[in-house]
Amino acid sequence: MTSELKELYQELILDHSKSPRNFHAMKGAHRKAEGYNPLCGDRITVYLQLDGGVIKDISFEGSGCAISKASSSMMTASLKGRTVAEARDFFENFHNMLTGRGKSVDKEKLGKLVVFQGISEFPVRVKCATLAWHTLHAALESDGQTVSTE
Amino acid sequence: MSRVGGSFVAMKKKPVREMKKISFDVEKYRRDFPLLNQKVYGKQLVYLDNAATTQKPQAVIDAVTRYYSAENANIHRGIHYLSQKATDAYDESRDKIQHFLGARDWREIIFVRGATEGINLVAQSYGRKFLKEGDEVIISAMEHHSNIVPWQILCEETGARLRVVPINDRGELLLGEYEKLLNKRTRFVSITQMSNALGTINPVKRMIEIAHRTGVPVLVDGAQSAPHLAVDVQDLDCDFFVFSGHKIYGPTGIGVLYGKAEWLERMPPYQGGGDMISRVSFEKTLYNKIPFKFEAGTPHIEGVIGLGAAIDYLTKIGLGKIAAYEAELLAYAAEKLSSIPGLRLIGTAKEKASIVSFVLGEIHAHDIGTILDQQGIAIRAGHHCAMPVMERFQVPATARASLAFYNRKEDIDTLERGISKVFEVFK
Repeated sequence: MTSELKELYQELILDHSKSPRNFHAMKGAHRKAEGYNPLCGDRITVYLQLDGGVIKDISFEGSGCAISKASSSMMTASLKGRTVAEARDFFENFHNMLTGRGKSVDKEKLGKLVVFQGISEFPVRVKCATLAWHTLHAALESDGQTVSTE
Repeated sequence: MSRVGGSFVAMKKKPVREMKKISFDVEKYRRDFPLLNQKVYGKQLVYLDNAATTQKPQAVIDAVTRYYSAENANIHRGIHYLSQKATDAYDESRDKIQHFLGARDWREIIFVRGATEGINLVAQSYGRKFLKEGDEVIISAMEHHSNIVPWQILCEETGARLRVVPINDRGELLLGEYEKLLNKRTRFVSITQMSNALGTINPVKRMIEIAHRTGVPVLVDGAQSAPHLAVDVQDLDCDFFVFSGHKIYGPTGIGVLYGKAEWLERMPPYQGGGDMISRVSFEKTLYNKIPFKFEAGTPHIEGVIGLGAAIDYLTKIGLGKIAAYEAELLAYAAEKLSSIPGLRLIGTAKEKASIVSFVLGEIHAHDIGTILDQQGIAIRAGHHCAMPVMERFQVPATARASLAFYNRKEDIDTLERGISKVFEVFK
């Protein structure tokens, strides 16, 4: 396996894709948003329960590739218990890291999520990793529109 | 070149994993395609995405280069030497395509951007004139979006209704259901000759016979079939036939709509502009005769010339020979792949060609595609512009390897090894 592939499909990502955390619907969710990648068929629904400005609970459902599943799983694991402001911060950092836009990336703040930095070597797959985050963003801003990667 | 009108290439099951000795000098033909000789990520390119687009032989590349280097001029109306040369080359290509399709008359060959535009042209031009509220259009459950959406748009505009012929679990069209769908409200049938997602070859000649009993015209989508089967539009007796240049070893941005003159003459223009007119004034404009009535504006001259060169190249080899070789390669591929534990073939029709769509359990097609890509193998992963097909087979996407006559046994072997690597990553 090439070193690039090894990085893309490393242990942590494979583990999260096989056993995704918080992978269920949420009854009584305050916010809900749907995301879709029409190019490959990845679909995700993100559920949020908010208390004050804190994400009390977060979960997701959907089908998709290993990268999108792992990203969704790790996102929910990272954000549970965080404030909405922190979540927005995460989103920006993560997005900048993947799209390599030269903007500052605070890798420490990202914690385990830095594991996705290998995706920038696979530009075609960036949308797989960011789908969950864009969907989360929509859930937070709650304009009710389905998010699409296109 | 032997014309085997509307014939099928049957998939034979081989008792051993050897390729039958067909005398087809694949290595010689590979050398005609410069792009094939390259490495990606340090690995020899194995190009198995031919249903998406094909590579071009040097002859086609040279024809386009020559046109721009020495013969470029606008066609039809110029009075200088170069414009005459360009016009001759353009008209010659049209004749070549007429013969390639077995059409009666060169005026029945219309140049469009591709199969998609051809279908849109018929839907809008024929459809809007002849269809009214309550009429029905029949398509199948295995169509590419380009043979679904134009009809949906038309039905919305006219109040007509879309009916869909179902397919079975092997990806075969249910002919009996098709006959049941035909009724006195049916005004048009549009069917693919070969599915891009499943590889299924449909019995279009029979379907056309059935439709014609009640005077219903039929469009055949030949985008996938034209490169792999010999087509004879008079033998099929189809009313319209479309194909795309870039899928038949020609340039992108060019395609052909064949239509029986009796229809084309009665159809209103698709796009207005220069060339499709015989006389313009602000009071009244008179349209040109076919095919020009449907060719507004300066055409994709280089595309037409490149397509002519592609047709020449294929005709020299012989489409029958190509079809026979590809059938052997497909049989080899199907057998190799179907013996991989955990691999499920999607689309196992008795009559199919060129395409091997598959899923690997829970592993998503996108992941399969990336891991194969890293090994130099180019396949397609996704819904292949056939979302209803994915839905029918209850899969979010498939991985699709699609063959051309410059692929060889080694390419399939490499694909097989590539798939084992996928399982390794996801064990």
